Amino acid sequence: MSSQQAPGVEVVLDGLVRRYGEVRALDGLDLTIKSGEMVALLGPSGCGKTTALRILAGLERADDGNVRVGGKDITDVPANKRDMGMVFQAYSLFPHMTVLENVAFGLKLRGVSQRDRQARGAEVLELVGLGEQRDRYAHQLSGGQQQRVALARALAIEPTVLLLDEPLSALDAKVRTQLRDEIRRVQLEVGRTTVFVTHDQEEALAIADRVGVMSNGRLEQIATPEELYNQPRTRFVAEFVGLTNKLDAQVDGAVATILDSKVPVLDGSIATGAGTALVRPEFLSVGRGDGANAALVSRFFLGPVSRVTCDLDSGVTVTAQLSSSEATELSPGDRVKVTVSPTPVLVVSTD
Amino acid sequence: MTSTPTWRVTRAMLLVLYGLFFIVPLYAMLDFSTRSTGGGRTGDAWADLVRDPTLSSAIITSLLLALFTVLGMLLLLLPTMIWVRMRVPGATRLIEFLCLLPLTIPALVIVVGMRNVYTWVNYLVSDSVYTLTFVYVVLVLPYAYRAIDAALGSIDVVTLAEAARSLGAGWLTVIARIIVPNVWSGVLAAAFISIALVMGEFTIASLTNYENLQVVINFLGKSAARTSVAASLAVLVFVFVLLMALSYVGRGRRGAERS
Repeated sequence: MSSQQAPGVEVVLDGLVRRYGEVRALDGLDLTIKSGEMVALLGPSGCGKTTALRILAGLERADDGNVRVGGKDITDVPANKRDMGMVFQAYSLFPHMTVLENVAFGLKLRGVSQRDRQARGAEVLELVGLGEQRDRYAHQLSGGQQQRVALARALAIEPTVLLLDEPLSALDAKVRTQLRDEIRRVQLEVGRTTVFVTHDQEEALAIADRVGVMSNGRLEQIATPEELYNQPRTRFVAEFVGLTNKLDAQVDGAVATILDSKVPVLDGSIATGAGTALVRPEFLSVGRGDGANAALVSRFFLGPVSRVTCDLDSGVTVTAQLSSSEATELSPGDRVKVTVSPTPVLVVSTD
Repeated sequence: MTSTPTWRVTRAMLLVLYGLFFIVPLYAMLDFSTRSTGGGRTGDAWADLVRDPTLSSAIITSLLLALFTVLGMLLLLLPTMIWVRMRVPGATRLIEFLCLLPLTIPALVIVVGMRNVYTWVNYLVSDSVYTLTFVYVVLVLPYAYRAIDAALGSIDVVTLAEAARSLGAGWLTVIARIIVPNVWSGVLAAAFISIALVMGEFTIASLTNYENLQVVINFLGKSAARTSVAASLAVLVFVFVLLMALSYVGRGRRGAERS
């Protein structure tokens, strides 16, 4: 597989609906994934992200809507004719086959000769760093190794689309970060269009080109990790991704007044009147000085930065992130002044 | 386990006791079947197993019935159980209940109920002795179900099947190349138990006037007692060997997985 060719194809999910009795697991999901792109679907459990992936894989049927891959409607194509490589959350290596046999299985079904299978299998095993383990069985491998083999197996068939269904959630934290970065490296190397489902925002933000946040069977927002974090479109996105403080705000046109500071508002905010501003900890500053409006409650050292919690006089508790050098000048019990830096914020109606 | 001398003696005694319990009747059968009328020993009764056309054909009939039953049982049960696990897990209880039913119904009742069905089977299909396969498949269901269910429970059927499908495998390939190799010990167990059951089945064949091995053995018991006992012993030994092989296969498999 040479990197010169652009093997990725565009994937379009169009108005997908999936009902389980009364529950709508997917409620009109629209999503376009650009060729060669890695999109992470992020959301709490039950938001429909896995259902969306399974419909894309053909393992589940949509009640409505359709799936197009590379311009072709594949809604009614069965899973085994879709040419998609999938890595599952549960360990899925075939226990009676060696690592190499597992990886070559898809090629065998495609009638590839024994010699080419071996060569191709060895190549993808090299790619995931398991060239040495080819004659072992699944039960002789660690969880992380098993998922690598599963990735190699999915890549061996040169899939049109690579589907990853929470492939890291069964692994422990250290292996998880390692394998996460490795998945990204491999994906960039093979250039396949990839959909990665996860409930772990750190994972999603770290490796995806774009992250789609889902809730109640719909896409709330899809954007680059930076945009998602800095310019959330909805309250759900602002609250689900990263930490947020909820502060009273008064909106007038494009400007909101929060804690006596004038702050520009983001698209999707209310047009006018009182609302709740969703402010990231790093956009709050805390210092001594005139007009103290809060009491500092606690301080956590996180290395280069520190987090402080303050009780505002209005009764709201906020968390701010400061550089550690700023934070060391403050101690719990101090009267402090909390202000909002003029970075655009989302203001939603108060619930 | 405690290994005091008293314990060891007790254990040895129990072993001898149970051993005698099993061996003595078998030895008596062997002794009787090789006894000659004028005193001394003869292998005539054993030679009859192949010489006597009624007996040898009954042996073949029962072996074929066992084979057909195993095939029928596997074709019926394996895809059904895989399907239930994958698509309708809610039906597990129902299937289990249905499969265990034959255990609770006396053979006599089954025969009475069967009569009506078999009138049609004989009319539409054939009145060959091999139509007994249909009843036998039902009779072995409880045992076969248990064996296969345990094996299927030890692997993640759903994920393995989905992984194979996403790699391009059709349903038949999934069953034959992915599921069956991983539940092979269960399939073998189901098959061996089915063979043992069919080789020993008398009631239904006799009540429906078909001649399988046990019916013929019973019949011979009245005219050629030694031959009948020789045949009984042969069947017993055959089934013993089969069941021993079964426990060996099960153990070998588990041992391999642990290594």
